[in-house]
Amino acid sequence: MKLLKTTLASAIAVAAFGLSTQASAGTTLDTVTKKGFVQCGVSDGLPGFSYTDARGAYLGIDVDVCRAVAAAVFGDASKVRFTPLTAKERFTALQSGEVDILSRNTTWTSSRDAGMGLSFAGVTYYDGQGFLVNKKLGVKSAKELDGAAVCIQAGTTTELNLSDYFRANGMKYTPITYDKSDESAKALEAGRCDVLTSDQSQLYAQRIKLAVPDDYVVLPEVISKEPLGPVVRRGDDEWFAIVRWALFAQVNAEELGVTSANVEDLAKTSKNPDVRRLLGAEGEYGKDLRVPKDWAVKIIKQVGNYGEMFERNVGQGSELKIARGLNALWSKGGLQYAPPVR
Amino acid sequence: MQKPVTGPSVRGSMLTDPKIRAWAFQILAVATVVAVGWYLFHNTQSNLAQRGITSGFAFLNNPAGFGILQSLIDYTEGDTYGRVFLVGLLNTLLVSVLGIIIATIIGFVVGVSRLSPNWLISRLAALYIEIFRNIPPLLQIFFWYFAVLRAMPPPRDSHALGEALFLNIRGLYLPAPAAADGFWAFLVALAIAVAGCVAVARWARQRREATGQRFPVLITCLALLVALPVLAALVAGSPFTWSVPTLTGFNFRGGWVVIPELVAITLALSIYTAAFIAEIVRSGIQAVSHGQTEAARSLGLRPGPILRLVIIPQAMRVIIPPLTSQYLNLVKNSSLAAAIGYPDLVALFAGTVLNQTGQAIETIAITMSVYLAISLSISLLMNWYNKRIALVER
Repeated sequence: MKLLKTTLASAIAVAAFGLSTQASAGTTLDTVTKKGFVQCGVSDGLPGFSYTDARGAYLGIDVDVCRAVAAAVFGDASKVRFTPLTAKERFTALQSGEVDILSRNTTWTSSRDAGMGLSFAGVTYYDGQGFLVNKKLGVKSAKELDGAAVCIQAGTTTELNLSDYFRANGMKYTPITYDKSDESAKALEAGRCDVLTSDQSQLYAQRIKLAVPDDYVVLPEVISKEPLGPVVRRGDDEWFAIVRWALFAQVNAEELGVTSANVEDLAKTSKNPDVRRLLGAEGEYGKDLRVPKDWAVKIIKQVGNYGEMFERNVGQGSELKIARGLNALWSKGGLQYAPPVR
Repeated sequence: MQKPVTGPSVRGSMLTDPKIRAWAFQILAVATVVAVGWYLFHNTQSNLAQRGITSGFAFLNNPAGFGILQSLIDYTEGDTYGRVFLVGLLNTLLVSVLGIIIATIIGFVVGVSRLSPNWLISRLAALYIEIFRNIPPLLQIFFWYFAVLRAMPPPRDSHALGEALFLNIRGLYLPAPAAADGFWAFLVALAIAVAGCVAVARWARQRREATGQRFPVLITCLALLVALPVLAALVAGSPFTWSVPTLTGFNFRGGWVVIPELVAITLALSIYTAAFIAEIVRSGIQAVSHGQTEAARSLGLRPGPILRLVIIPQAMRVIIPPLTSQYLNLVKNSSLAAAIGYPDLVALFAGTVLNQTGQAIETIAITMSVYLAISLSISLLMNWYNKRIALVER
């Protein structure tokens, strides 16, 4: 009888759990509004993208993407909670509903987009894979890396590109795989591997964390395309649209010259119809997205336009000093382009 | 005519009959379990389909496309995820087997030393046990990996032991043998030596049981094992050619390499588990009544043979069941290897493959069943051994 009781009890518990998972497959926007914050999956510590400062506050481009979404939904960019995830954990965390957005320098690929039940909402950073080596080795090009021991992060596109590159060039390598980017960087410093490979932006970020950054150089070769962007669960188009347009609003704002400093004035005084539509002074474009009318104003006031976000986190206003390059606006020779608000 | 008293009383007894009730409840329980299982399966399936997540096991045939640090079988980046699974499984088994052997040796030595009449030896053994069984295994793995093995020099300043052995932060580089002319003669000689050993041991045992005379089996065996293959090598030529590691470019090439990740995980798990095994061995020995020792002594046996022939065989019956649990723990703890980048089943299959394919349910299910299968096999083997050495009443 005791056995029977426990069996029944656990059966009921399991059934209830099953039902609740089915229920949570409803709309993400509703659950987010109900709980009052956006749960955002970020990296486990990567300067410029997502890391914590001395007071424990999260900073970085990936962090700002989530803050922009919170600003659009709640009018308050601080209504975000962050979950640090390793590369290996990230997709399961999103699929299972543990996080609402995965904003963790994740590369957009066809298999991730179509096969894993995910949707990439846009590209926050156009990146490419590179190599970081110790100057002492005297290596000038990635073509000289035959026989090297290479540190990589497990479960990334980097792992695959690396093997493609070495195979294509008829070279051999020894992969040393760690779960966390910190561990790879430490292994490089200790000499467990000769070279660290990752997206170039990450290499610059990891380089400044090393004990003597000047002993290390990033090699000139870029061996892959790595468009990084926020990811949401597939099948929730409404939430997908909010995340995507939060980013587009920032890019459009930069293009239209709207900054965090002038956004509130422009919302009242601007005569430019593009600006008026973006800032909610004309039309009801927020309603289509199921967010408040002044959603873009809140985003730009609290997080800034795309250019401000870039310079503050990884550009000239940061330690990384990465040039805009591919991430300049389309009108300035880059790839950042957003459809218009209308 | 008298009516048989069946009607209402039988219907009443249907509900109260303990046999029928027992059956009914059991059927109900089974039905519930099946229904819940089906519901979970169906719920998962429909949710996966609804979210557009690929499911099924077809991914095992897709090419993996990433490199692996250590592989006991041939592996290239073009091989399938199925092959990656095999590589991971073998790496896990390698750590488990090495760990079980080393832990058993250390455990028995320390366990016996713990009972030594020599004060220093028994205290050292106690110290070992108290230190290593009270520190979490993950910390011990980190200690060996980051504190000990990270302190090794870079490849260009390797510690060289002669011209063929090199030790550096990338691992221990050994010359690798490859079969040469005398290989088959060597193999045959080795087989003869092993067979000879078994024959000598059996003969010596029969003679001892019949006459009480002892024969130095161990020394004879070692002599056979060394002499015959050497003789074969002298007659038929060297059995191996050695590929010696040489420093070219960044690293040593050629030869075998024992990677530091393997050393760290094996050492840590062996030393950790050995502390528990030592306690099990001690308790097993103490479970044999002191009268046995006294009886053996009064028969004129010396301390060594007393331990070997009287105490240990009886202690084994107490030792084997908890020892099995320790072996299982070691195998399961080997999954901690993922923390230092050793490519075991969890790191490789439940980690990298899961991430590259996104098929969490399938990969985790496969990984769990593999651990279950390994553990059950060890249990079966140990239970069989336990039965074999169980007390036979005559």
